[in-house]
Order: sequence, then C-alpha cells, then structure tokens
Amino acid sequence: MDNYFHIPQLARRKAKAKRFKYITMMALMASVAFLLFFLSDMIIKGHGAFTQTYVKVPVHINEKTAKFTHLSIERKEYGFMVSRAWLRGLKKTLKENPQWMNTNQERWTLANSNVDQFIKGKYNRLKPKQIQKIKQMQKDGKIERRFNIIFFKKGDSKIPEFSGFMASIMGTVMTMIITMLIAVPLGVMTAVYLEEFAKDNKFTQIIEVNINNLAAIPSILFGLLGLAVFINFFGVPRSSPLVGGMTLALMSLPVIIVSSKAALKSVPDSIRQAGFALGLTKWQIVRDHVLPLAMPGMLTGAIIALAQAMGETAPLIMVGMIAFIPDISGSFLDATTVMPAQIFTWSGMPERAYVERTAAGILVLLGILLSLNAVAIYLRKKYTRTW
Amino acid sequence: MNKMTIKVKTDKLKLWYGDKQALNGVSLDIYENKITAFIGPSGCGKSTYLRCLNRMNDLIDNVTIKGKVTLDGHDIYANGVDEVAVRKKVGMVFQQPNPFPKSIYDNIAYAPLMHDMVKKGKECDALVERALRDAGLWEEVKDKLSESGTALSGGQQQRLCIARTIAIEPDVILMDEPTSALDPISTQNIENLMTKLKEKYTIIVVTHNMQQAARIADMTAFFHLGNLIEYNETEKIFVNPKEEKTEQYITGKFG
Repeated sequence: MDNYFHIPQLARRKAKAKRFKYITMMALMASVAFLLFFLSDMIIKGHGAFTQTYVKVPVHINEKTAKFTHLSIERKEYGFMVSRAWLRGLKKTLKENPQWMNTNQERWTLANSNVDQFIKGKYNRLKPKQIQKIKQMQKDGKIERRFNIIFFKKGDSKIPEFSGFMASIMGTVMTMIITMLIAVPLGVMTAVYLEEFAKDNKFTQIIEVNINNLAAIPSILFGLLGLAVFINFFGVPRSSPLVGGMTLALMSLPVIIVSSKAALKSVPDSIRQAGFALGLTKWQIVRDHVLPLAMPGMLTGAIIALAQAMGETAPLIMVGMIAFIPDISGSFLDATTVMPAQIFTWSGMPERAYVERTAAGILVLLGILLSLNAVAIYLRKKYTRTW
Repeated sequence: MNKMTIKVKTDKLKLWYGDKQALNGVSLDIYENKITAFIGPSGCGKSTYLRCLNRMNDLIDNVTIKGKVTLDGHDIYANGVDEVAVRKKVGMVFQQPNPFPKSIYDNIAYAPLMHDMVKKGKECDALVERALRDAGLWEEVKDKLSESGTALSGGQQQRLCIARTIAIEPDVILMDEPTSALDPISTQNIENLMTKLKEKYTIIVVTHNMQQAARIADMTAFFHLGNLIEYNETEKIFVNPKEEKTEQYITGKFG
C-alpha cells in the first residue's frame, strides 16, 4: 500500500459522510412512503364511489302509487333495496315518461346504500335473509353497477346514494373566479408598485415586512376578517361564492404579492437601464419589457396561491360555506359550498356509505389541484425566455 | 483641430452617493462630432460622470448632484426639464450588451414608435433598416429580423444596442466600456463603427483600455479619485502628459 497518501482519520470521516447520506435518503423514503400510503388509501377507499348499484325490481304504477310513490314498491320484498331518493323522484320521472302510468313492470331503480355497500364488499346493515335475496338477484342479473353519474351531477343529500359532488365543484369554481379576479390584479399591481416605483424607505420597508408576515397568518383569521368586514359591515350574502371568494382573495394576496415581487426582482436590471437610456418612461419599460419577462414567475405564483386557496377550509367556516347545499347555486350571491367543505361535511356523516364519497371527493380535489400545478409548470416552461 | 463647437459642457459638477462624494467638481467641455474618451483606474468617477450626462444617476436613491451640465447651452438639470426628454437626446450603450428579449426588429423599432417618431409599417421598416445599416449590422441580420435579439453573438448584440440607440436619433451617444465584454474582433468592429458614427454624433466613451482610447479618441480625459486630472487632445495626453499622475497611469505605474 502506498502510504504517501495516508490520512489517519480519513476512514472515519468517510464513514460519517456515508451515514449522513443514508439518513437523508431515509428521510426521502419516509416522505415518499407517507405520500404513497395516503394516495393508495384514498384510492382503495374512494374508487367504489365512482360506480353506483342499480337494482331491477317490479314497480307498480297507478293513480294511487303515483301520488304516494313509496307504495309503488312491495315494501316487504323490495323496500329495503330501493333508494328513498328514487321513490321521491318517481313523480318527476312519471312526468317525463307518462307511458309508465298503469304498468306493473320490472324497472331499474337506484339501490339503497346498504345494498350498494354490500355489492362493493363493504360494511352494511343487511340481514342474512336480505343478503340471500340480493345474492339471488345478482345471479339473475338484476343487479348492476353503473358509472356514478349522480356523484358528478348532483349536490349534497342526506341520502348517501343520492349525494353528489357537483354543487361543491361548481361552488369552488365560482369562488375561485372571484378570488382570481380580485387577488391577481391587486397582487400584481402591488408588487409592481413596490418593486418598480416605490422608493426604498422606512414606510415601504414596514409594508414589505407586513406583507411577508401576512403570508404566515393562520387562515381562520382571514375568515374572521371576512365575517366582520364583508358580511357584517358590507352586507355581502353569507355562504355565497362572492364572500368566500373575497375572503380567500385576502388570504392569497400576500402569497401573490411576494411571488410577483420575486419574479420582478429576477428581471435583470440591465433591461430597465436599456429602456431608460432610450428615453422610455417607467410605465413603458414595465409594461413592455419587465412584465413580459416576469410573467412566467407571476403566473406560477398566482396559480399556486389559487391552488392553495382552493384547498382552504378554515376561513370558509367563518363565512358560512360549510353548509348543507343540495342544489347547484346559480349565481354568485346564492349559498354554496366548496370541495374541501363538502369533504369535511361528508367525513362527519354517520352513514358508512359517505366514507367512500369522502375519499372520492378527496381524489377529485387532488386531481384538480395536481392538474393546476401541472398547468403552472407548463406555463412557466412555455413563457420562460432565455437571453 | 480648429473650429470645434462645444456640445456638452459641465461646470464644477459635484456628486455625492449619500455622504460619500464621488465627483469633486469636474469642469469639462466636450466637442461636437468628436470621440472623447474617459480613462482612469476603477472607482475614479469616470462612469459616474458619464451617467450624469444623461441623468441616469437620477435613478439611484440618495444621489445629490451639484453643478451645471449643459447640452448645446441648455441646462439639463434645470427645473422643468424632464430626464426622459434628456435621454432621448443623449443615448447610452452599456458594458454588457443588453438587447431586449424581443425580435431584432422590435429591439430597434420599439423606442422610435414610443416616441412617435415613425408610424408602424413602411416608415418604421425603413428606420430599422437605416439604423441597422448605420450600425453595420444590416448585412448580417437582414434575413432574420424576426429572430430574438438575444440569439445574436456578443459583438452583434452590442452593435444591435448601438443601432437601437441611433434609431432614436440622439445628439450624443454615451458608451460605458462598450467593448470590455467582447472579443478582439468584435471590439475592432465596434471601434471602426465608432469612428464612422462620429461624423453624425458626438461620442463619449468610458474605457479601461488605454490603447483603445489612443486608437479611437480625439480627446481624452484622465480621472482620478473623483477629480479630472488632465484633459487634452489624445495625442498630447499619451505622448506628452502635463501631469505627473497622468504619466504614471499611462506608463502603468498604478491603476
């Protein structure tokens, strides 16, 4: 061995470096494991909600049962397997299909959540006799699992098999439109003023420190602010996308300002100097040379802030958006709910059938958030210019 | 060297960055259609002085300027004079080529359009061509005017910046070490261009490179520690300097 290069402690130093490397790798693996565990748990629990069970049972329709629709099914035989929601909706169905009148036919009906859960192999409260019957019907091909159109078309319901996510999706979309319209222009303008126009003095320094601190304020406080200012003082209707959007806009503002400022700061000063040397005004330089360069960074910041706002629940508690909303709201002033609020509501429901809906709701929310982030990355890649 | 008209004149120009004085009363006459070079060691105030001439120092907070700068006899720091209007008459080229990340065409056309000097269309096309021809870049880029200005080589970018400056038809062009980021061949191109441009414009150039000043400048000013030490015709400065400091700097004793 060549002793010329021998350093006595080298082996120990190297071992230390190696140990450190393994510790960091373990940290990585732990977080990946958590993520995978969470995702797979959600998928396992939630995928069932994307299909819904239908049963084919005899339905008797005549003058009397058209009025009292719960009588149209033989209660002892089939009562337990047909959804109450389907029976309630029968009047409407009859209006659309008047030829059903005075028929005694087997028809496909929405199954009760207990049956649905049994078919999906989950916890249910069916009695052994009922289970036998269901099994027999399964053999006869009188039970079907179809794509769960209700989940993507309806709002919340106290009947699990009839509850859907669409009202909250629409609520989120409307709330986000308000948030975006308020927070993005305000945030970008503020950042432009602070970064391009304001002189560096005590006053602007205090403002900047405060903006940075605002980004770290617990979000429920923004909810209180929204309640006190928007609802109590300005009289904006509670639970509406308008008040929710305004509250979330308050919350996203600091994030958008900070990221826009960073984007503006990253534009090389030589570009501004070049503009000034050509006798351009500040506005011309900012509008045509600085903003286009800062755009990808600003877009990314704005999208990430909106994604964060989309997943936010706490401030919306205060403005009454965690509510039971069966209908898709038609305007920015109607009561509505949002996706995370709907998930929260379902997670507290006693019926087991809501568990899979909760998980499915989380999957939809995650999917939307991930695609928003993908859009952010795409936009950044697309508009980043090199020079 | 007779019949020289004074283009830019400064009188006891003093400048402070906060409390620190950077120029100690510089009085200097710069002549029309000549190349005037400022030389001196780093931190001597030559760039600061240059940036006073188109009021670029106004952009920095905490700068105090005293004294007088006149262009064709008009005070550029007088009340009511807008610095933007001054910069339209006194263009500037920087050390690092800084084309806008836009097409070559837009790089040149943008400022004239903003100044309402030309209308969009043929008139503007003609101006772009003229500016590029004057900057000696036309032949190289005429087929790729819509490509990004930042895709050009360093020397081409600098000539694009010069073309952009002359497109707004200034009287004076300030150049702050325009070749120090370029290779020798590009440097030579720019120097040739400057000698050609002085027929139309008054050129003031700050340079670290004494040989460059000797090659191209008609007049040379030597700055040291915020003072103008000596100002004379280039030949006299380099062959027969009057001040000891100038001689020491030129012969490489310090700097």
